Amino acid sequence: MNPGNGRGVVSSVSSRVSRKSSETVPDQFPVGLRVMVVDDDPTCLMILEKMLRTCKYEVKRCSRAEEALSILRGNSNGYDVVISDVHMPDMDGFKLLEQVGLEMDLPVIMMSADDSKSVVMKGVTHGACDYLIKPVRIEALKNIWQHVVRKRKNEWKEVEQQSGSADDGQPKQSEDGDYSSSVNEGSWRNSKRRKDDDEDGEDRDDTSTLKKPRVVWSVELHQQFVGAVNQLGIDKAVPKKILELMNVPGLTRENVASHLQKYRLYLRRLSGVSQHQNNLGSPFMNPQDPGYGPLSTLNGIDLQTLAATGQLPAQSLANLQAAGLGRAAIAPKSRIPIPVVDQRNLFSFENPKLTFGDTQQQPQHLNNGGKQINLLHGIPTNMEPKQLVNLHHQGNSIPAVQSVQSVHNGSYQPQSRVQQPMGNYNPVSHTSPMINFPLSSIYPLPNNPAKGGFPEDVTSEMKGSTPGFVPSYDIFNELNHQQKVHDWELQNVGLTFNATQQANNSIDVVGTSIVGSPHQAFPSSSQGSGLSRNASVVHANNNNNAISMGQHHMSNNNFYHENNPVRVKLETPLFPEQFGQDDLMSALLKQQQGGIVPAENDFDFDGYSIDNIPV
Amino acid sequence: FQGYLDHEQFNQLEELQDDANPNFVEEVVTLYYRDSARLVHSIEQALEKSPIDFNKLDSYMHQFRGSSSSIGAKKVKAECSLFREYCRAGNGEGCMRTFQQVKKEYTALRKKLETFFQLARQAGPVDRARRPK
Repeated sequence: MNPGNGRGVVSSVSSRVSRKSSETVPDQFPVGLRVMVVDDDPTCLMILEKMLRTCKYEVKRCSRAEEALSILRGNSNGYDVVISDVHMPDMDGFKLLEQVGLEMDLPVIMMSADDSKSVVMKGVTHGACDYLIKPVRIEALKNIWQHVVRKRKNEWKEVEQQSGSADDGQPKQSEDGDYSSSVNEGSWRNSKRRKDDDEDGEDRDDTSTLKKPRVVWSVELHQQFVGAVNQLGIDKAVPKKILELMNVPGLTRENVASHLQKYRLYLRRLSGVSQHQNNLGSPFMNPQDPGYGPLSTLNGIDLQTLAATGQLPAQSLANLQAAGLGRAAIAPKSRIPIPVVDQRNLFSFENPKLTFGDTQQQPQHLNNGGKQINLLHGIPTNMEPKQLVNLHHQGNSIPAVQSVQSVHNGSYQPQSRVQQPMGNYNPVSHTSPMINFPLSSIYPLPNNPAKGGFPEDVTSEMKGSTPGFVPSYDIFNELNHQQKVHDWELQNVGLTFNATQQANNSIDVVGTSIVGSPHQAFPSSSQGSGLSRNASVVHANNNNNAISMGQHHMSNNNFYHENNPVRVKLETPLFPEQFGQDDLMSALLKQQQGGIVPAENDFDFDGYSIDNIPV
Repeated sequence: FQGYLDHEQFNQLEELQDDANPNFVEEVVTLYYRDSARLVHSIEQALEKSPIDFNKLDSYMHQFRGSSSSIGAKKVKAECSLFREYCRAGNGEGCMRTFQQVKKEYTALRKKLETFFQLARQAGPVDRARRPK
């Protein structure tokens, strides 16, 4: 009886506007919600599908992530929400989550039998709309439509904001209102469309009729986008210009803007991982002033992106970083320590770390492997202190950076067990000193422009720092970037646990870290990945920031991330439980801060690091 | 069945059964046993290797545990959790011992379920067959 269901699972055919064929059902929403469920366990898949059908949703099931992705790509507007398992043999659930978010901007719900905090956190940092614990109850599935609505609403708002036009705003506002109400009515889609139409003002090319709020970012389109971004430089890559460069009819600035956000996060994540080592600080690090201006983060991103894409020679990045940071150009090895963290902020750190010092590190690989997420996603705290130590040892000079990465990696990946299982961690071994970062990653690294020019900005990504970092990542990104870059530098310095002040950076990260949002776990990270140390500390909210490994003092850190100027409060064991990861971070941060840190975290990350890794 | 099954979960499955899918529960359970047999086999093989790859074991067990919990196999799930503890501790002996338990519970449950379904079929599609408690 689904009204309007005639379309079948893939309703691509029907006008986009109404999934359900407009005529029916406006009141029926969420009936007919199109769900794609991915799980390698056939038993679960069967049960889920049945449950979803009972909720009157349309269901498409896949047992492999690749399959799901290709279906989604082939039918961009065919689905409203994706539910995916975390542990899958062919692709990590978080990676799928990232891809979907980046390419299709669909709400993704993660699920797993694993309910450990770190994994849930990872889901959050990766942008999952929700996280369900298996065995899943039908009641939990009944409400998933709320995520779809919420996302749409946010998208609109975002678009509106981006357009920044007052006039748009108005019509939009009303639209929003309509939208919400329409949801109730069930014709929300229609209203959206209407909104679009009304809006068409400003640079909307609505040729494609806003009907579709969502643009499908095909591979080509994405390539064009990347090209445009690279051309402009990550700092200058503003949606408007990108749009102009891309010159794609029907593409609106808002589409570009939201995609850019995602992309930045994605890059961050990537850069940390595999990118060349050069990347270390590069993208994020914006050679710019250590002050990390918000740009720095952006810059960092560019670099990373570039690095990531391989277009930028790692060296250039390194140079950039070096220049910016004032550090010697880091050997290409330094993979972009950048906090890659995209959203997760935390993760980015890991990447940066990888490169640091250890060329071998592969950490980047590790991180990259999956998605940057390795970086620290989740809670960097896992960074096993050991890794940090490694980082530390590694290159003192770079160690900061590197370690950071590794640290991050280690830290975040609670799962990855420090060493990398996650791949991110790799770096850890090397320079361990950097460990600090990992934490920072989580926290938007207060950007300790740490001296070192710690390109790692990585963690700064932490965007998370702000409440709900995920969505805010654009903000964070900027902040993070900026910070990150700085932070990294600082971090590096600080990270090297060496207490040697390497950290000259005296990254205050700790302080700056995210204090504000300690709750978020990342929020602190917003501080700028650079501070990662601090950030981590902050971030560690939970953990306590003990990470303050070294003394990071990232003086530069002061920035903390955008949202929370929180000064390093993170140290405060906001999340006392988090311990695992956070602790590391805090420890790191603490160290870095040298004293700034609320010292709560006494660097006891040793304690946690390994244990924390919640596999 | 008591103790073996998580009734809440099993209930959920039963609720899903309807006219369109009158044998849903049985289908799910059958699928579970078929799929998990494969996992059990993999685990056994992994346990015989030396040195034992705990990571792999843990990952298999995670899957197995997830499946089992989705049909409400409480005891099996509990043993799986225990197994994972040993796994994480790198305790091969503990793993082997626990796995024997897992298999035991798994087989016992299967028998019970088979009986249950037989009865259910006999009782006819009316309601859900009463679960032998």
